[in-house]
Amino acid sequence: MSDTPRTRVQGTQGRSVLLDVRGLRKHFPIRGGILNRVIGTVQAVDNVSFAVREGETLGIVGESGCGKSTTARLLMHLIEPDDGTITFDGRVVDKRDRAALRDMRRVLQMVFQDSYSSLNPRLPIEETIAFAPWVHGIPKREARDRAHRLLGAVGLEPATFARRYPHELSGGQRQRVNIARALALEPRVVVLDEPVSALDKSVEAQVLNLLVDLKDAFRLTYVFISHDLNVVQYVSDRVLVMYLGKVVEVGPVDQIYANPRHPYTRALLASRPSMNPRQRTTEAPLTGDPPNPINPPSGCRFRTRCAFAEGVCSTAEPRLAASDAVGGGLDAHMVACHMLAPDSGHSKTVLASNTA
Amino acid sequence: MQQPSPVPDSAAPLVDVVDLSVRFVSKDATVHAVNGVSFQLTAGEVLCILGESGSGKSVTMRALLRLLPETARISGQVRVDGRDVIAMAGNELARLRGGVASMIFQEPMTALDPVFTVGQQIAETIVRHEGTSWAEAEKRGLELLELVQIPSAKRRLASYPHELSGGLRQRAMIAMALSCRPRLLLADEPTTALDATVQIQILLLLRRLQEDLGMGVIFVTHDLGVAGEIADRVAVMYAGRFIETGPVVDLMEGPLHPYTQGLLGSTVHGGMRGQRLTAIPGSPPSLSELPTGCAFAPRCPQAMDVCQTSEPTERKPRPDRTARCVLVEESIQAA
Repeated sequence: MSDTPRTRVQGTQGRSVLLDVRGLRKHFPIRGGILNRVIGTVQAVDNVSFAVREGETLGIVGESGCGKSTTARLLMHLIEPDDGTITFDGRVVDKRDRAALRDMRRVLQMVFQDSYSSLNPRLPIEETIAFAPWVHGIPKREARDRAHRLLGAVGLEPATFARRYPHELSGGQRQRVNIARALALEPRVVVLDEPVSALDKSVEAQVLNLLVDLKDAFRLTYVFISHDLNVVQYVSDRVLVMYLGKVVEVGPVDQIYANPRHPYTRALLASRPSMNPRQRTTEAPLTGDPPNPINPPSGCRFRTRCAFAEGVCSTAEPRLAASDAVGGGLDAHMVACHMLAPDSGHSKTVLASNTA
Repeated sequence: MQQPSPVPDSAAPLVDVVDLSVRFVSKDATVHAVNGVSFQLTAGEVLCILGESGSGKSVTMRALLRLLPETARISGQVRVDGRDVIAMAGNELARLRGGVASMIFQEPMTALDPVFTVGQQIAETIVRHEGTSWAEAEKRGLELLELVQIPSAKRRLASYPHELSGGLRQRAMIAMALSCRPRLLLADEPTTALDATVQIQILLLLRRLQEDLGMGVIFVTHDLGVAGEIADRVAVMYAGRFIETGPVVDLMEGPLHPYTQGLLGSTVHGGMRGQRLTAIPGSPPSLSELPTGCAFAPRCPQAMDVCQTSEPTERKPRPDRTARCVLVEESIQAA
């Protein structure tokens, strides 16, 4: 790995939309009682829409129960949505269209948080990596050659590592294998679900550097899911903030971090421990825990923890709308908050538009 | 008036550890988890032990209460509140744990008993240690839940752990740990499993409780930011040794050891976008086969020949700082 400063692809504006998600919804029923009836639903993902452009990294950030991992699984069609459409490269992916689904699964790959449970413990890692290409009709020897090349690309010397089993590797090495496995089918999009959360800090930095290198080398598009705001800021071009199954804010990374508009995003950013012991946090930005996604609050789901909540917040659900006059399109900074909607009836709306 | 004792209590450190080593011996391997750790903690001080997984930070802390499995071989000296923990018999240990010193854990769901209510578990601790009546203990339980800012404390006293959210569960565990007014609180990554907005609440709560109750706290974490929020002093641990110690501001602003420097460089924080992270190459050594010489030498960008052969001694460049690295100069004059 070279130490030259990375040049970020600045203009992804003109690129085409690769993945388009509209109105995605997934509710999990909870059964109970003697008749095993549905006694509630976990509203894991509720009316989530976003688009990912070719070559960009979309970060999805939020706390536990916000639906970020469910979103990843829906993207991969590991679970079927109750409602909504996922369009990949202009083609609607539906479970009834087996061919479209199979094509999509090849070009959309996923890396999970737990590097150990996502590798087959009984296979040497070269075979784990070569397995998918072999299943997709590539001769065994060729698939193994590809596995060796990929091991090299993720920084594991094939001569040393190819025949090793997952338990013989460290956590960081295992995550590298997972990344190599995800790349084996030459995907266009990689969904990374908390890929560095289980790693030590010193190893986390190695894997983040690797992900950046691979993105350039293989011209990948990333959907990067994490609870770590600093990591998301580091890797993402655009960021989607989720709370209890809803998108509360989305926009270019610099906009979100320098000028967060939704009260939840502001609180989330202010909750990061200060890296400066001379300036410690003196007050917690929020009280309480995120509510249970079973039967979430009416109206705005954040209102139970929001300092600005008013009557309108419990009756009407805020719509995701452009927060300022910068304009629409994919690079718009969108916020779902009544305070930023001029006609919502919230008393702070005037104030908000003045400071905009 | 009584004669003052020859050594006043305030001068004796709350925790005094000299050359602590812990090995786990099995047929296959000997794991050198802790290799000669010495430190003192004064009453009312917060020490953060910062390290990555497998650095021995949790084992060091558990050794203070001898909360280690039978296979552990402990050597060295450990004194808590003036008493020798290594020599303690079973009943003495039981009085120490939860009495003078108590501990909170990363995962409250596994640390709390699922079949008893929060109130019962707190009351049991108080009755056991202080021999009060059950009613008296339950009353204290309510005060404790209010102390840790659990809303509608009375109702929560009758809750089972699974009925509480993660943040409330962690608060309940803190209440239980504080039930016998410990002088020493040991915290093993108590905020790691929590969401960001909850983590900061628990950190601020612990900081306030520590100040109000004047406890000494040893806080184990892998997160520099957490250490920055809560520590007075930081000890950085690598391969079972304290490789650097110092006041939190000095250590974070001017790390001496190459490992600490690497850790600071590889921790992602705001304003690093577009820059390449200065990662530490390789991974931490296996504790069953430690390299000879400096354990960090195989990953160190500044390693020299001498690092491969001999373990660097502890240097004291300033009275309140130590580092185990040959690049750190011993100060000439003792301040």
